[in-house]
This record gives sequence, structure tokens and C-alpha cells, in this order.
Amino acid sequence: MDFPTFVFFFLAAILIFAALRVITSRNPVYAALHLMLAFFTTGGIWALLQAEFLAIAIILVYVGAVMVLFLFVVMMLDINMDRIREGFWNYLPLGAVLGLLMVMEMGLVLGAKYFQVPIAEAVVPAGVSNTKEIGALLVTEYVYTFELAAIILLVGMIAAVVLTYRGKKTSKIANPNQQVFVKAKDRMRIVQMPVEKD
Amino acid sequence: MLTLSLSHFLILGAILFAISVVGIFLNRKNLLVLLMAIELMLLAVNMNFVAFSHFLGDLSGQVFVFFILAVAAAESAIGLAILIVLFRNLKSIHVDDLGGLKG
Repeated sequence: MDFPTFVFFFLAAILIFAALRVITSRNPVYAALHLMLAFFTTGGIWALLQAEFLAIAIILVYVGAVMVLFLFVVMMLDINMDRIREGFWNYLPLGAVLGLLMVMEMGLVLGAKYFQVPIAEAVVPAGVSNTKEIGALLVTEYVYTFELAAIILLVGMIAAVVLTYRGKKTSKIANPNQQVFVKAKDRMRIVQMPVEKD
Repeated sequence: MLTLSLSHFLILGAILFAISVVGIFLNRKNLLVLLMAIELMLLAVNMNFVAFSHFLGDLSGQVFVFFILAVAAAESAIGLAILIVLFRNLKSIHVDDLGGLKG
């Protein structure tokens, strides 16, 4: 077994363990932390596949941003764990059988000898950085898609801010329900008072 | 002598995908872990993209993974924002409490 193969199996074992812990851990904080571990090892496997830019990007974007967001949300919410875990063991047999079936089917197809692809020439010639090549592709062939991704991120940011905004309301709102059901005596008060004499 | 082939990476992606499907089955009541399982599913898909990109010698696969990362980041930000608004209104994120539209 050569060194890259050893690294692959080592990282794959950690990745599968982390993924299993994500779906089975009692506490969502542990699930989020194991998901972080899964993203780290995925970064390692992608570095093995000579995708250095994505290996760094997944660690920066996912571990640095998305998972921190997840952790913040998990810690902000006060969750009743006992209620949320009910039905966990009832669905385990069905889920496990389904998962094993899926892995076996996909393994039979993907592991077949006719499915193999002979390894191509190196994606990026030696001496050229992977990041540089992806950057060149992004601003030439995929430039419109790149701008679309920027717009999606902007829309996502605005949506997240608008959804959770809880500041002072500057506009004055009238409640139509109260306006319809108002009675005359709510608006006018007749006061009895003695006649004043000079 | 065992050397790495495309199948190794594709089967790893398949195992990850199956684990996240099982996770969706098991954690039906827990919206947070459901979101995490979806992230894991996207990771499995990205793994396939990167493996094919390496073995076919085409960089487009890696560009697509880049876009999937961008969309997934936006998706999880909006999903978590919705989750927070939900918790503010209902004081729980239990799936059974979300029948408000049923009437």
C-alpha cells in the first residue's frame, strides 16, 4: 500500500466516523463539532486529489463561517432534547436497512470494472497553481455564473438580516381590526358636571 | 499493490450520502440535525465532483464545487434565520408543532 492510499483510507475512516456521529449524537453541539471534523477531513481528501484551492476554501468557508453560524444558533435555541429525540429508535431499523441497501447498490455500480476511468494527464501542469487556473476559468468561461453566485450571496445576506431583524419600527401602523369594531362610546365621553354660577 | 482509483472516491461519496439519508430518517423531529444532514449530502456530491474533475482532467468540476459552496452557504444562512424566527414565535423547533398552516 503506497502512501497516498494509506492517507486516503485514514481520512476516509475519520470522515465516516464523524458523519455517523453527526446523525447519532444526542446533543446538537456535538453534532455540529463532528460536522466540522468531517469538513476538515474532506479538505484533506481534496488536497489528495490535487484540488488545493477547494481544500482551503472548504475549511475557510465551512469550518470558519457556516459551522460557526450553526454553533451560534444551536447555543441560542433552548431545545427540549427528550421530546426531539422521540421516535429515534423506531426509525433506526428502516433507516439502517435503507442505508445499507443504497450503499450496496451504489457500490456494485461504482465498483464495477467497466466503470473505471484511466487516470488522465495531470489537471494542472506542473509549476502552475491550481488556484490560478480556477481563477482564470472563473473570469472567462464562467463569468456570468460567477456574478450570479455573487447575487445569490447578496440576496441570502439581505434575507437573513431581514428575517431576524427585531429593531424599532419606524412606520406607524393602524390596526384595522380595532378600527372596524370601534363604538361611539369609545371615542366620545359625556361628562356630567354642575352648572357654574357667577 | 493497491492504488487509488475513481471508484474509491465515488464509493466514499456514496457512503456519505447514505449516512445522511439515514440521518434524515432518524432525526425527523429535529430541524437542526436535518439541516446538518443536508450539508453532509452536499459534501458527498462535492466529493464526486472533485473526484471526477481529477480523474477526467477537467477543471470545470472544481468550478462547480465552488458554486455549490456559495449556494450552500446562502441556503444555510437563510435556513438558520428561518429557524430562529420560528423559535421566537413558537418557543420550540419540534416538527410536530409546525402545523400552523393546516388550520
